[in-house]
Amino acid sequence: EPFPHFLIQNNRATEMKWAANHIHTLKSFHFRRPITQLITVGMIITSALMIWIALMCIMGSEAPIVVVLSGSMEPGFKRGDMLFMRMSNDPIRVGDILSFTVDGREIPIVHRVIKVHEHQNTGEVDVLTKGDNNSYGDDMFLYAQGQMWLKQQHITGRAIGFLPYVGWGTIILTEKPIVKFPPFWNHSIHGRL
Amino acid sequence: MHSFGYRANALLTFSLTILALMCAIASLSDNFNSPSPTASVQILNVNRFQKRSNGDDEVAITLEISADLQSLFTWNTKQGNLSSSSSSSSSTRFFPGFLQVFAFLAAEYSTPKNSLNQVSLWDRIIPTKEDAKFSTKVKNKYKFIDQGSNLRGRDFNMTLHWHVMPKTGKMFADKLVLPGFRLPESYSSYR
Repeated sequence: EPFPHFLIQNNRATEMKWAANHIHTLKSFHFRRPITQLITVGMIITSALMIWIALMCIMGSEAPIVVVLSGSMEPGFKRGDMLFMRMSNDPIRVGDILSFTVDGREIPIVHRVIKVHEHQNTGEVDVLTKGDNNSYGDDMFLYAQGQMWLKQQHITGRAIGFLPYVGWGTIILTEKPIVKFPPFWNHSIHGRL
Repeated sequence: MHSFGYRANALLTFSLTILALMCAIASLSDNFNSPSPTASVQILNVNRFQKRSNGDDEVAITLEISADLQSLFTWNTKQGNLSSSSSSSSSTRFFPGFLQVFAFLAAEYSTPKNSLNQVSLWDRIIPTKEDAKFSTKVKNKYKFIDQGSNLRGRDFNMTLHWHVMPKTGKMFADKLVLPGFRLPESYSSYR
C-alpha cells in the first residue's frame, strides 16, 4: 500500500491499521486461560483464608486449630494429632485441657489444669497446669520467671475435639517439635517443650 | 473424562467424604451412651498437716479410691495397654497403646479468700475397660496446698473426674461429687 506523507487521513488510517495489527497479536496470545487459572488459584487461597478467619471468629480463639508436636500429653494426644480449640466464657475448671501462652513464649502449650483457685469478689483465677505425660510435678517451670500461676489472660483456648494423625502434614512441612499454629501463620519457632 | 486423573480425583473425593461421614457417625454414637459410673473415696490417714514457711497450709493424706468406670467405654473409645499410673517421659512404653480415659480425683472447697479451690490430688490413665474397675490405696500425688491458712477444720468435697478420649471427634468429660470430707481441726506432724 502507498505510504503518503502529507495527507492526515492516510496517516490516521495507517496508525489504526498498526494498532489493529498489535491488537490481533495480543489476542493471539490467549490471555484468557492463564488469567482464569490465576483467578481460580487466587479464589481458592482466599476461600481458605476466609474459612480460617471464620473459624477464628466461631471459636473465639486466635488459634482454633493446633497441631500437637510434643509428647507431653501422651497417650491422649500424640504427635501429629490436630486439636480444635475454643475460647468461651465458661470458667476455667480443673481437668480442662487448655492452650496457653506465657510472656517470652509465642508458641502456645496445650496441657491439663490440675489446680484452680478462684478469688472471691473479683472472680480472678489462678491456674496451674501439667502435661499428662510429664514427670515434673507441674508446669511451673514453663511459666515466666517467678510466675507461679496462669491467669485468664494467658489462656487462649480450651480443647473440645481432635482428629488423630491429620496434623502430620504441617509437621512434615516444618519438622519442628512443638505445638504450633498452622504454617502460614507461624513466624517463629522455639525449642522443644 | 475417563483419564486416570479424573478417576483418581473422583475416587479420592468419594473416599474422603465417606471417611468424614464415618467419623461424624462414630462421634454421634457416643451421644447415645448413657454411662453410670460409681466411685467411693476414703481418707485412710492424714500423714502431715502443717503451715509452710510462706504461710500456706499443706496437708498430706493417704486415700483409698474405689471406682467402677466400665460403663464409660463404648466401641468408639480408644483401646490401649495397661500402663503404670506414674508418668513416664518414654512414649515407647505406651506403644501401641492409646489413652482411653483419664481419671483424676480433686479436692474442692471454699475459703473466705477464694470462692472456689480445686486441687488435683491423684490421676490415672485407664487404658481398657477391664482396668476401669479398680480399688487403690495411694498417697496424694500432687501437693494439697491452700492459698493461705484456711484448711484447719475445713469441709471439702472429693470430685472424681473422667475425660474420655474417643478414637475421633468430640472429647467428653464428667464428674462424680463425693461430699462430706473434713480436715482436722489442728496441725499434726509426720508419723
